[in-house]
Amino acid sequence: MAAAEKQPVTGAWILNGPLTWIDQRFPLVSLWKEHVSEYYAPKNFNFWYYFGSLAMFVLVIQIVSGIFLTMNYKPDAAQAFSSVEYIMRDVPGGWLIRYIHSTGASAFFICIYLHMFRALLYGSHRKPRELIWIFGVLIYLCLMAEAFFGYLLPWGQMSYWGAQVIVNLFGSVPFIGEDLAVWIRGDSVVSDATLNRFFAFHVIAVPLVLLGLVVAHIMALHEVGSNNPDGVEIKKHKDPKTGLPLDGIPFHPYYTVKDTLGVVVFLIVFCVIMFFMPEFGGYFLEYNNFIPADPLTTPPHIAPVWYFTPYYSILRAVPPVSISWPFSWHSQFPGVLAMGLAVIILFFLPWLDRSPVKSIRYKGALYKSWLAVFIVAFFVLGYLGTVPTNAWGQFGWLDNAERATVVARILTVIYFLFFLLMPWYSRRDKCKPEPDRVTWGGH
Amino acid sequence: MQAGAGPGDVGGALMLGRKKLLIALLTLPALASFSSRASESVKLDRLPIEANASDHLVSLQRGAHAYVNYCFGCHSASYMRYNRLRDLGLTEQQIKSNLIFADVKVGDLMTNAMDRRSAKEWFGTAPPDLTVIARARSSGAGSGGDWLYTYLRSFYRDPSRPTGWNNVVFPNVGMPHVLYQLQGVQALKTEEQTLPGGHKEQARKLALEKPGTLSPLEYNRMAADLANFLVYMGEPSRQSRVAVGIYVLMFLGALFVLAFALKKEYWKDVH
Repeated sequence: MAAAEKQPVTGAWILNGPLTWIDQRFPLVSLWKEHVSEYYAPKNFNFWYYFGSLAMFVLVIQIVSGIFLTMNYKPDAAQAFSSVEYIMRDVPGGWLIRYIHSTGASAFFICIYLHMFRALLYGSHRKPRELIWIFGVLIYLCLMAEAFFGYLLPWGQMSYWGAQVIVNLFGSVPFIGEDLAVWIRGDSVVSDATLNRFFAFHVIAVPLVLLGLVVAHIMALHEVGSNNPDGVEIKKHKDPKTGLPLDGIPFHPYYTVKDTLGVVVFLIVFCVIMFFMPEFGGYFLEYNNFIPADPLTTPPHIAPVWYFTPYYSILRAVPPVSISWPFSWHSQFPGVLAMGLAVIILFFLPWLDRSPVKSIRYKGALYKSWLAVFIVAFFVLGYLGTVPTNAWGQFGWLDNAERATVVARILTVIYFLFFLLMPWYSRRDKCKPEPDRVTWGGH
Repeated sequence: MQAGAGPGDVGGALMLGRKKLLIALLTLPALASFSSRASESVKLDRLPIEANASDHLVSLQRGAHAYVNYCFGCHSASYMRYNRLRDLGLTEQQIKSNLIFADVKVGDLMTNAMDRRSAKEWFGTAPPDLTVIARARSSGAGSGGDWLYTYLRSFYRDPSRPTGWNNVVFPNVGMPHVLYQLQGVQALKTEEQTLPGGHKEQARKLALEKPGTLSPLEYNRMAADLANFLVYMGEPSRQSRVAVGIYVLMFLGALFVLAFALKKEYWKDVH
């Protein structure tokens, strides 16, 4: 039998015996080697390369703190709000668990956004890594669903009305919209039935999919190997004797110790926020969400949590459709469609970028400028999504149009043009020649 | 019962070191002034915070006392347990004899007997539970404590309202001015103000027309005590949160040194 022919495990002291026993019945050593100790990663990873492992770390934080929250939380419209306050007051350490989870939600998005930005910088989505990118966008979609479902659970005013607004968006889909919205809510308004099903999605359905996608993301990564800030393939230059990439280093111990350092720095930032400013100025925990959900009182200003606000801005920027022929139809659907497309367009990124080089280090001024403008647009859209549309007053000369809305419309166009014009400007860009090997200053 | 009577009747054994608080209160304008231009977002006064911990504790005790005497009849605090007030340096016995008026146990939640449906008929809207009101009232304009401190001092006579009272911070509020006997009666006056640039502006000003049983300074202090207490009640774990946080950061600082040294040691042979 093949199993019996495997080399015994060495170097694990008293665990040599048990590990050998396991290895002869399970691909323990080969998995460890393939994904950790003999996974060769480029040696020139920089700051931006911390956020993948950090996102995984936050995922673990969210799952563990989430499990403890479910032990005391009650998904019941009559008890949900008070059960959260019960956790904050009467459960020993409950406030800590709750703040870990609420801060972790925002931290997850920060890590994911920076991780995605890294891909835009260094072309990590380009061939042969298209599938890694697609799995990644699916993870991002799952994360948005997870955050949306989870946000209803504290059953505050923002939870309630935020969910109401988002579910109503589905109601704007032509023909089937109303039925679709009722199907999602399980009721004609957001209610106890909605809370129960959102709880089910939040604690089991979406996390299962999310975990599966993370495994797929990493397996695809390890199949083709990591990209790096120079965007050149380290597999092109291998040691003739060992067959190992010359610019690669084994993930363990080099990147395990480096990522550990990243985790510690992350935890310092995370803990400063969690212990000293858990609401983060109303961005991580919205103030209005400390008012229990009241289906009869619509808050004057409904804003989603910060990580959805760029898309919320896009939604609001697109004017509603209003036709009377061939049938009467007034709907927010165009905005909803734009918001959906703003996320869906990410899937196509690997094929939109036609640049001969991957990394921004060797790309020309065109791509750099477009990326800079895109990032500014994303941030300003994000900010505008947190404030009412009349926040900046009106343009007197433009039929008194709201300034914020006009700006959001321009930025929405820029958001889409960044992607839609990419095949053109990325090809036309004056790129510098890529180096043969990775650039590495050493330490 | 007078709220400004000091901590003795709450059973507090702590001495009053009120000098700093007094200074803080004195330096604040006794009467808030509001610009009509900013009528939608009124400028909030800063809730004075006692510089030392024992003064703060005494303020919280007075605030708890004022709360159960003046607010609790209508406003429950139903996520809070009476015995949690031990945080304020009180014993269970002190809580029982000074802060519990109903036939309830010291471990019970601070609920009241107000029927929400009737309350809605009386006031137009049922008085909200105030356990986490300080957190809900935070905004870009100021902390929840600032809002509450300003709100409690901004009631004025308004015959057009069913209750006869209105509030600058919370226009057309359903609640009458419960503390008017203490504060006295304020009126809202409109004055023309000349701004530094020579610009003229309509400014609304609250003026005390009929004094109450407390001086403006004493009333301000009572409002600050109540606001402090509501801020505490909004998040009783706040103190332990900050205390634990400091230890956690110290630990992480040490861990950072180790992790950094470990990384440097391993990476020195990457060329």
